[in-house]
Amino acid sequence: MSMLSYTKALNRALTDALAADPSVCVFGEDIGAGLAGPTLGLQRRFGADRVVDTPLSEQAFTGMAVGAALAGRRPVIEFQIPSLLFLVFEQLVNQAHKFSLMTGGQGSVPLVCLVPGSGSRDGWAGQHSDHPYSLFAHAGVKTLVPATPTDAYGLLAAAIRDPDPVVVFAPAAALGVREDVTWELAPIPIGSARVHRAGTDVTVVAVGHLVHDALAVAEELAEEISVEVFDPRTLHPFDWTALAASLERTGRLVVVDDSNRSCGIGAEVVATAAEEMRLLAPPRRITRPDGAVLPFAPALDRSLQPSRDQLRHAIRTVVK
Amino acid sequence: MTDHRTPDLSTLLGRYRMLRLIRGFEELALTLVKSGAIVGGTHPYIGQEAVAVGVCAALRPQDRITSTHRGHGHVLAKGAEPRRLLAELTGRVGGLNQGRGGSMHAADLSLGILGANGIVGAGAPIAVGAAWAARQAAEDRVVVTFFGDGALNQGVLLESLNLAAMWRLPVLFVCEDNGYATTLPAEVAVAGSALGRAAAFGIPAAEVDGMDTEAVLAAAGAAVDRARAGQGPGFLRCRTYRYQGHHTMERRMKVNYRSAEEVDAWRARDPLPRAAALLDRAERADCDRELAELLAEAEQFALASEHPDPAGACDHLYASGLRPRAGAVA
Repeated sequence: MSMLSYTKALNRALTDALAADPSVCVFGEDIGAGLAGPTLGLQRRFGADRVVDTPLSEQAFTGMAVGAALAGRRPVIEFQIPSLLFLVFEQLVNQAHKFSLMTGGQGSVPLVCLVPGSGSRDGWAGQHSDHPYSLFAHAGVKTLVPATPTDAYGLLAAAIRDPDPVVVFAPAAALGVREDVTWELAPIPIGSARVHRAGTDVTVVAVGHLVHDALAVAEELAEEISVEVFDPRTLHPFDWTALAASLERTGRLVVVDDSNRSCGIGAEVVATAAEEMRLLAPPRRITRPDGAVLPFAPALDRSLQPSRDQLRHAIRTVVK
Repeated sequence: MTDHRTPDLSTLLGRYRMLRLIRGFEELALTLVKSGAIVGGTHPYIGQEAVAVGVCAALRPQDRITSTHRGHGHVLAKGAEPRRLLAELTGRVGGLNQGRGGSMHAADLSLGILGANGIVGAGAPIAVGAAWAARQAAEDRVVVTFFGDGALNQGVLLESLNLAAMWRLPVLFVCEDNGYATTLPAEVAVAGSALGRAAAFGIPAAEVDGMDTEAVLAAAGAAVDRARAGQGPGFLRCRTYRYQGHHTMERRMKVNYRSAEEVDAWRARDPLPRAAALLDRAERADCDRELAELLAEAEQFALASEHPDPAGACDHLYASGLRPRAGAVA
């Protein structure tokens, strides 16, 4: 029995992939020193030519990873700050993602972007606190948001084996999660959701670290309301079959999602459920505001993120 | 089947043949744009052929290239089948990319053609990555990235020059300077100089007459040899010119940003007669006849190839076989 931290799980997934497959390599800033956590010790073990500290030139090293992937490597890029993904949208969406279709299937780009520390960290302010997973899901890039150490390991391992580009968002607020792991860690299929807690009154779809808030609220409300906590784990492709099955049981839906409201993944879940699934009451979603920019002061920052109070209220509203 | 043979660019005749093939292919494409068989138009390469032929003549089959939105010349010179490229331009199943890429995305991975690219400068880091991967795998491959003068001002190109130089990667940066970024003249867009961009990163750079195939070959050959020997990247600035507009739409738009005298002055320096003058007349005539047949057959092949089935519009979107949800549900 050992306590596995989320960051250590990512580190172990990278270690296992580098050890198992010589074509796996890692690019990123300060990864030799392991500043963000997941790459700690990798350069010492696998060498600076497989775990490559890159100059601060995100567009070039992301485009470079695309080229390396086309030439037979399986690169993983670590981004220390989620907003850096805005800089490389061109390389990821316009090049990597589109390559397979545009070439008529001649090749694809097996490339993984790992974003440890996505979302808000106290005091990191406007340019360091985004959680831009909805953008990638919208663009059609495979988009994963693990909530637990086991899922972090399994989804990152699956992403590295996948033939397409994949972005893995590791929420800052989940990095401190630890788990008593008594089972063998293994890849988890991309596109498979996980029901963390079964319930009969309402399905709460919670993304990333919000799974833990949803579980806490479900426990609080246990005497009053039976809450099913549904973790999609993968935002694109989304496990719609599992969601439909959950709504067959509960008929009611609340989505809690730490991204901006308009055109966010929460909107997609609500819309798809409304179009295609069994709903006994209007669904609710809890998100950041439209177009939100997180302010610096901790109280302001927290006030824009989904809260347990809002979740409790939404659950009570839909079951009324 | 006379359609295709691996281009041998090692001889004067082979290089002349390729110049002529690219010119003829582009002229044919213009007529197909006019007839409506090519939808969306093309970015004609006519006038710039010496760059593609000279550079690709310095390469080996295992070497790779990344290309631009004006990429037909590079793709043909690296060995793509003309009829399959033409079928791609007409959006047919028999095209290089099964009609999924079109003119701006033509690729043939089996020939090391990592794709023409619709985004200016985007091929540069891809070439750097392919070069890095080749070195990791201890493969003897050089990668060429073609780009225009417009890309000289793209940050990603400068970042790529830095990575290639820091890591001494086998990349040849070929600036195909035709004087205009769409309609913007380079002289009002490029501070400093093209060669200065390379010099800033300590990359050996050379200026070459981009209308002279033999001169391009000599300069590219020297840079490719250095790269192959592990001495790091090189940079060529090939001064050249496109006789046609930026895009075939330009004529309809009636835009006018360069004088007839300027175009005529460059036409007078056409690379084709220069290459033809190095051959004997009979040799040349045979070659021209053969190419006329080849292009006629390419046209026939392209227009006879099937249009793709709309039911397969999302085929190849994911290599994993993932099928997207429908966009509209009836």
